[in-house]
Amino acid sequence: MSTAISIAGLGKRYLIGASRERAGTLRDAITNVAVAPVRRLRHAGSSTGHVTEHWALRDVSFDVASGQVIGVIGRNGAGKSTLLKILSRITEPTTGRVTLQGRVGSLLEVGTGFHPELSGRENIYLNGAILGMTRAEISRKFDDIVDFSEIAEFLDTPVKRYSTGMFVRLAFAVAAHLEPEILLVDEVLSVGDLGFQRKCLGQMEEIAGSGRTVMFVSHNMAAVRNLCTRVVEIDEGRVVADGPSDDIVQAYIARQMAMDGAVLHLPHPLGDPEELLVTAVRVVDEQGRTEGPFHSSEQLVVEIDVDVARENAAYQVGFDLLSGDGLIFRTWHTDGPPEEWPPLKLGRSTLRCRLPVGILNELRYGIAPRADVYSSHWLVHGDDAIWFDVVKDHKDSPFSWAWSPGALAPLLEWSSAGELKGESASASQGGLWTTPPAL
Amino acid sequence: MTTDVQTAHAAEAPQLVIEPTKGWAKLGLRELWQYRELLYFLTWRNILVRYKQAVLGVLWAVLNPVITMVVFTLVFNRLLGVGSGSDGVPYAVFTFTGLLPWNLFAGSLSSAGSSVVGSANLITRVYFPRLVIPSSAVLGTLPDFLIAFVVLVVLMGVYQVAPTWHVVFLPFFVLLALTAALGASLWLSALYVLYRDVQYIIPFLVQLWFFLTPVFYPTSNIPSGWPSVVYNLNPMTGVVGGFRWALLGQQPPGSMFWLSVAMTLVVFIGGLYYFRRMERVFADVV
Repeated sequence: MSTAISIAGLGKRYLIGASRERAGTLRDAITNVAVAPVRRLRHAGSSTGHVTEHWALRDVSFDVASGQVIGVIGRNGAGKSTLLKILSRITEPTTGRVTLQGRVGSLLEVGTGFHPELSGRENIYLNGAILGMTRAEISRKFDDIVDFSEIAEFLDTPVKRYSTGMFVRLAFAVAAHLEPEILLVDEVLSVGDLGFQRKCLGQMEEIAGSGRTVMFVSHNMAAVRNLCTRVVEIDEGRVVADGPSDDIVQAYIARQMAMDGAVLHLPHPLGDPEELLVTAVRVVDEQGRTEGPFHSSEQLVVEIDVDVARENAAYQVGFDLLSGDGLIFRTWHTDGPPEEWPPLKLGRSTLRCRLPVGILNELRYGIAPRADVYSSHWLVHGDDAIWFDVVKDHKDSPFSWAWSPGALAPLLEWSSAGELKGESASASQGGLWTTPPAL
Repeated sequence: MTTDVQTAHAAEAPQLVIEPTKGWAKLGLRELWQYRELLYFLTWRNILVRYKQAVLGVLWAVLNPVITMVVFTLVFNRLLGVGSGSDGVPYAVFTFTGLLPWNLFAGSLSSAGSSVVGSANLITRVYFPRLVIPSSAVLGTLPDFLIAFVVLVVLMGVYQVAPTWHVVFLPFFVLLALTAALGASLWLSALYVLYRDVQYIIPFLVQLWFFLTPVFYPTSNIPSGWPSVVYNLNPMTGVVGGFRWALLGQQPPGSMFWLSVAMTLVVFIGGLYYFRRMERVFADVV
């Protein structure tokens, strides 16, 4: 089988503190020119002053066979996104070489270049051209794109009047018809909307099935496991593991869970200090304890401390409930109708979310905070999570001392119906289980 | 970024090699040609958006130069006594002929100068030759130019000024104006990414540049000798002079004109290389 992507000795260096790598002001540049000779005299020998290097990627080498679906995992800032940016030619590497065989498309740019004032029809052509399609190609696929997006009747309406759903469908429809030989997908950038993510994944499965090469960067371990046959783990810019997805993902999760005990605090505030920061996450039980093991029969509350620097009605704060197998569910403070949303004002506040009583299993669970600006960009979206243990004690059944499989162990209502021998029909009464007929 | 698109021997799929670029980048004009449709679409978008957003839309393209022309005629000609430099040419027509290429140039600088930073969301998400961005902004000023040109034709009719046969050279001067505009825009748009002060410098620069360009006064007011040489280092001096020669038959292009053309090429080619060189860090910096 031929090689679709060949990466050899790839490195990307950022110079921190150097004006060349960051938008500076002209004054800085002029001062630098003026000061440089003096500095050179003072620090004879050491050439670069306070500039520090940061290698976002270091000596990364691996090949991807054509038709392979490969997952890239790693903590936030590990270098995953930098890798995708180099592969999609957005930024250039400092060292090394990548050889790509075939047309490259990426789903990290859905809706890029859409202009709100232009109509759906106009945006299809514009976006197609930005993604690298020719006019003839877009015209040929135009009807398919419109069908897929289900917006036919609004084709000549300016996109600014579209609902978010319509906008995303249209944007995705264009990207999906690019038909690249190599597809790069960054889940991190496909904001919020669960339905949309599902559609992305569905489309990826379709593409993967059609013999295309897919590189998938994600925090969703279940999705990585389902979709990818092989996984590469990156940490601090280097490839630290490469192999069958089940093995790599399991080992990764095990390490994330910090084998020697629960993680009760976030390593540092998450988010954007100019917009919104998540400063702490806690799980609190009925006695006000914040340390596990917690009891599944108690009311547990997840508390998220938020620091809002700039007000924005489109903020969403929430969390992913995780188990060792990956995501169980995601919840947002905006899940209910708008009049019930808890207010999120400027300054510090604590959002509280009550977990349903009696659904957790005897497991170690993780709470990974999430925050975004709805349908725009992520603020908090990574693997940083707090981990806690739960003792399952909400089932009174003498049978439920045994460990039950699954990420959750909810207590559900059961009943039975049918012809019962020797008893009246009023047998079903009380309890979650009906009394077994006497033999 | 070095990118060699070549057909691989065995596979039918194109092969793409991504490597760090060393030294000065190639201009990559072949790749730019491959992306000509994107240039077309972005230009078309810029034009469409501008006219859709403004209530008066196309009318602005008429009002802007006409009002400026009226004000100049009143202030400079009537009040301060500035002439057109030749007898048969009314001042209104004279200054409008200068405004035509000047507005193209000034409009380009203000829209193209901020174009790269304004396209940050494109640059950080998708690859295409970055030269497309300022180029499309410059080309987007053409409709305004064409509308103003129609106004000029009407104005010449009203003042009964007949164009000379030199008018056949006009397309060359339009091209020269576009080259000067793109050249300056390439410098400014790349500098703007690296230094955010450029946004304050652009309006100031346009204003200064305007006074150094013979829009409302004739070049005959400039002393000959060294002052004239320095004055003609301004690419727009040649462009405006060329327009007046082609349309009104004033001052045929001489050595001073070619000096100005040479400067235009220096600014343009220098701008191309500078932009290509800086382009590498755009996505990291913007």
